[in-house]
Formats: sequence, C-alpha cells, structure tokens
Amino acid sequence: MSKLNVVQAINQALRHEMERNPDLILMGEDIGRDGGVFRVTEGLIDQFGERRVVDTPLSESGIVGIAIGMAAYGLTPVVEIQFMGFLYAAMEQLISHAARLRTRTRGRYTCPIVVRTPYGGGIHAPEHHSESTEAFFVHTPGLKVVVPSTPAEAKGLMLSAIRDPDPVIFLEPAKIYRAIKEEVPEGEYAIPLGEARLLTEGKDLTLITWGAMLHPTLKAADRMAEKGVEAEVIDLRTLSPLDSATIIRSVEKTGRAVIIHEAPKTCGLGAEIAARLCEEALLSLEAPVARVTGFDTPIPLPKNEKYYLPDVDQIVEAAEQVVGF
Amino acid sequence: MPKKVVQQFKIEFLQILDEAGQVDRALWPGLDEKEIKGFYESMVLIRTFDEKALNLQREGRLGTYASVQGQEAAQVGSAAALRPSDWIFPAFREPGVSILRGLPMRMIYQYWSGDERGSAIPEDQHDFPIAIPVGTHIPHAVGAAWAAQFKGDPVAVAAFFGDGATSKGDFHEGLNFAGVFRLPIVFICQNNHWAISVPLSRQTAAATLAQKAIAYGFEGIQVDGNDVFAVYTAVKNALEKARRGEGPTLIECYTYRLSDHTTADDASRYRKVEEVATWRKKDPLVRLRAFLEREYRWSEADEQALRRQMQERVAAAVHEFEAVPPQDPQTMFDLLYATPTPDLIRQKEILRKRLQQKKEKE
Ligand SMILES: Cc1ncc(C[n+]2csc(CCOP(=O)(O)OP(=O)(O)O)c2C)c(N)n1
Repeated sequence: MSKLNVVQAINQALRHEMERNPDLILMGEDIGRDGGVFRVTEGLIDQFGERRVVDTPLSESGIVGIAIGMAAYGLTPVVEIQFMGFLYAAMEQLISHAARLRTRTRGRYTCPIVVRTPYGGGIHAPEHHSESTEAFFVHTPGLKVVVPSTPAEAKGLMLSAIRDPDPVIFLEPAKIYRAIKEEVPEGEYAIPLGEARLLTEGKDLTLITWGAMLHPTLKAADRMAEKGVEAEVIDLRTLSPLDSATIIRSVEKTGRAVIIHEAPKTCGLGAEIAARLCEEALLSLEAPVARVTGFDTPIPLPKNEKYYLPDVDQIVEAAEQVVGF
Repeated sequence: MPKKVVQQFKIEFLQILDEAGQVDRALWPGLDEKEIKGFYESMVLIRTFDEKALNLQREGRLGTYASVQGQEAAQVGSAAALRPSDWIFPAFREPGVSILRGLPMRMIYQYWSGDERGSAIPEDQHDFPIAIPVGTHIPHAVGAAWAAQFKGDPVAVAAFFGDGATSKGDFHEGLNFAGVFRLPIVFICQNNHWAISVPLSRQTAAATLAQKAIAYGFEGIQVDGNDVFAVYTAVKNALEKARRGEGPTLIECYTYRLSDHTTADDASRYRKVEEVATWRKKDPLVRLRAFLEREYRWSEADEQALRRQMQERVAAAVHEFEAVPPQDPQTMFDLLYATPTPDLIRQKEILRKRLQQKKEKE
C-alpha cells in the first residue's frame, strides 16, 4: 500500500485494469502525451502505446458515440471528457443511445463504457468548468453514476465501474484531486457499485452527501460532536443506483436528515432523497428533511464561487435546526 | 460507361508579406502609411496586453488566462477589415479582436480574474462574449447572419475559432446552414496547430482546413495568418462578398500559438522546442517591423517610443481593473431571468442574511 492522491489512485486503477483487459482502450482529448489536463492518465501511453491510449479529435459527441459502437463490438472503452461542462455535447449519445442500447436491442447489444469527467467547484476554474449537474445523469434511466470521495474510494469504485456491464458516468471531484492523500490498496481492490458507506455512527441525525462535499460534512459532524450531537455520515458513492436501504435504515434510527450537495437546489439529488424519506420513513422523521445546497444559479466565476458553495458553517447550522426542531 | 470527374477543387494560399518583411506588390491591398503603422501599433498593443496578463497571472492577480502570442496578425487583420456594424462571435483566444472592437482592456482582465462583469458587452457594441465550450458559438454566428439577411441589413458576421473547433459537430452544422442559406458570414479559423496538446494531424486528415468549406458549397481560402496584409485582404474581400449577398467564406489563418495553451498548461510536455523556434522566426510582429524599417525608416527610437506608449496604455488598464470595487455576490441572482423567480428571490435573501451575519461576527 502507498499513500496516493485521487489522481494517482485513478491512474493506478486504470493501469491495473488495462493490464488485466487487453480490450480496454482509453480515449479523450489530451489524455496521451499530456496525460490529461489533470494528469490522471499520465504515463499510460508509455506503458500501453498509442493504440490503447488515444488522443482524440476535439469532439465530445464523437468520443462518446464512437465508444458506444466500440463497446457494442466488444471493446471496453473508458473515455475522459475534460470537464463536466463539456459533457453536454455528448448528451444525445448518452441519453438516447448509451443508456438504452441494452433495452432497445432486448439484451442483444450492451454498452459497457465508462465516461470519466472532473466535476464540481472550488478550484477557481473558468466558466463552464465547475459544473455539478449529476442529476441530469441520475435522471436518465440506464446510466449508472458514481462519485468517489477519497483516493481509496476512487480506485475501488473505478475498478467496479470498468467491470460493470452497463454505461457508467464516473464523476471525479476536481477539488479533491490532489487535496487528500491516503493509503490505497495495491492491485485488486474493487468496491461494489450501488452501496453507500456509513462513515460515522450516531443516534441524533444523519448527514447524507457525496464527492468533495463529504469533507466539509465530516468537519461539521465533528463540530456537532463537540456539542454532544452524534451524527451519522453517509457517503453515497453511487448516485445511481441509489442505495436507499442504507439511507432509510439510518434515518429510521436517527429520525433526522440533512442532505448536502453543491449542485443547484431545485431538482438536485437532494430532492429525490428527501422524497424517498417521506415515502419510506415518514413515521420515523422527527423533523423536516433539510438540504444544504448550491443556489439555483450557474456557479459563479472564481471571485464569487465561495458564496455559492456550501460550507461547514451552513451544514452545522442546518444540522442544529433539524436537531432543535 | 467511362468514369468521369464530376468535381475538382483547389485551395489557394494567400501571402502578401513574407518572413523577411518583403511584400508582393501585385497583391498589395492599397493601404497607406498611417494604416500600416496603425496595424503595427495594434499588434504591439495586443502583445503588451498579453504579456501583462501573463505577469498578472503569475502574481496571482488573474486566474487562468489563454495567451494569444503569435496570433496578433490574424486578429489585427480581421478586426481592421470589419465595420463597427458587423457582428463578431469570438472563441476565447481573440482578446486582440475584442480590444480593437472597443472592448475596454480592463474588462478582459476582469473576466479572466473571475469577475462576471468582465463579460458585459458595452451598449454601443453588439459583439458576443467569448465562448469557453469549443465551437459551440459557431451556430450562433450563423443565426445572427441569417437574421441580418432576413432583415435586409447590410451587415456581415465574423465567427472566430481554432483548429480544434473544426472537429466539433457545431462547426459542421453551422457551415452547412450557412452554405444552404447563402448567409452573410465569414468563418475565421485561426489554425494555430495545437488544440491544447493535440496536433492538427489529430483534428483532420485533410490537407487544409480551408477545403472543408467546399463540402458545404462555398469558398475556402488559406492565408498566411502571420501576415497581417494577407489576413486583412482575405477577410475584407469575404466580408464584402457577404454583404453583397454572395454567401459565406471560410478563411483558414495559418498561424501558431507561441505560448502555452493557457497558464494552466505546460506546452513543453508535448511540443518540441525546435518547432516553437521555427515559428518564432515567423513572428508577425518581427515581420511587420522589418517591413516598416525598409519602407518607412522605422527606427529603434520609433520602436521604443511605441512600446512605451503601449505599456502606458496597458498599465492604465491594469490600474482601472484593480480599482474596480468587488462585485456584490448577491448579483448572482439578478440576471438569470428578466424577472427573478420566487425561488431566486428567496435564495438571494438567504445569502443577504448570511453575508450580514458574517459581517456582524467580524
Ligand atoms: C467542448 C469543449 N471541449 C473541451 C474543452 C477544453 N479545451 C479548451 S480549449 C481546448 C483546445 C481548443 O483548441 P482550438 O479549437 O484549436 O483553439 P485554441 O485553444 O488552439 O485557440 C480544449 C480541448 C472546451 N473548452 N470545450
């Protein structure tokens, strides 16, 4: 085991799977010689060559559409889209084709592709580079959506995403690409998709989050603990399929929930989770479910993004309100 | 039945000013001394603006910035050919065109510093703001050209983009509409040979980008993009043709990005030093200066005076930029819709209270 950051952990996962599976091909803009704009694919072209690590033309719709055909034929394409804001060009391919290929062909063809993309704010990026619109993809039946929150998680989830027989959107929180290092198991280390993880146990409330927002949420839980409030923290890690069982079980125990995400509030994934809690755990709820989210605006340019992104204070404040209800 | 040739085409390359600073008199566009010196002055201004931007970024006073060094001739030549009534749709690497169209330099610095106010187009201009998603603005330009044609306005549109953008569907869809409806538009591709780390050979298997116009039924021309006279001539002819109702043109400005892709990029990872050195010799400023020296006895003293003058202009812009008071974060809610929605009004109030509480705590 060695201490890696998220970039290195994903790189290790890709390398591991490429060694295992000769049909795995990486495609994307600048992923070869440049190693990707965040260097996630660094060095892979040297080990696996230009046939398997392909710098493509600048064409998101093309990249994803072509990956669908490759996958149907029998390759395992893992593609990088440079930023989530540039994935929209490929929406048609993802929604109308990748997500439905299995259904439309009654199981004859399938679409085991992985679309990796950095996402989220907090890195002082230019316009269109800080999107957090995971709900678009979660809303699309047929896609899986995965968001790691730490280096080890990133490796384990990536192995499973690549092996998954269906299309997976793998969202990499850009803010924590290099911010955290932890021990990452070498070699075989797969974390099953569709299972949330419970990070801390508590009896007073449940904090539900994913990706980069896990870290302020954990800090908020610590601060609550100092005040004698015990929070359970759930990292969803797979947004689709959503692990309702873990959420419901926790809230049935604590009776209170706060959902934290940086995406805009309206129709963000928090709305879905709150609705499920109302449907399935209503009688356990001791307080309305709270959401700490971004605003219903585009994420501002760097000078003002801190006013948009949820922070520890806001999470603590929401938690206190829910507990004090 | 014998096979027969049903179509043939050729692509012309236009150069008027060569690398040694000599011009081809037969192709001379009839510019006078004042205009030529104006071109040089503009190129030095853009270079100075750009160098300052890179310094500001290094000092942490600007965010990520896309430098334009090496592409000054393509921008000055195009901008000089445009009329104020024409519309432009820039990508993100045309600060030169924007400055010459009248956008205050302060605003460009503001935009790249992460302040939305930098993309407010002044009332007396109708240029579009820069487009970060590559190529997606090309259809908008086509739409504006169509509207101009629809209204019978004697206006042409110029769309700017890079070689990478020619791989996008938006490029092909835009050109196709423009051809079908014979729209008054000029597509100006600045082929600077690299889309971040991906070379031109990975964007196209075609010999030129200009020839892509042929497939859409109109003329494409390649020009030496480091020759301000060639760019000016080609763009001017194409704009006039557009305004006469004779349809679109694609102009490929064959040029080079001397700098890194952006301040977040390290071009030495993928680009050979020798390649950059070759292109440094073709620097559009060096070439025009040689011409000025030969034709107008441009002296070292003239050069120094001009540089100083441009540095002063840029310094004044930096000063203005840094004197702008911070933007009120509450404005993020104000311009999403003509009338803010109830949700936005509520959220603005939440932010207002949060900011007030923070202030009280301090
Ligand atoms: C749709 C889209 N994909 C990817 C990017 C990231 N990106 C920014 S600039 C760039 C290369 C653009 O190359 P080109 O069109 O040749 O213009 P240049 O930057 O060379 O001026 C890329 C890939 C983007 N901004 N938009």
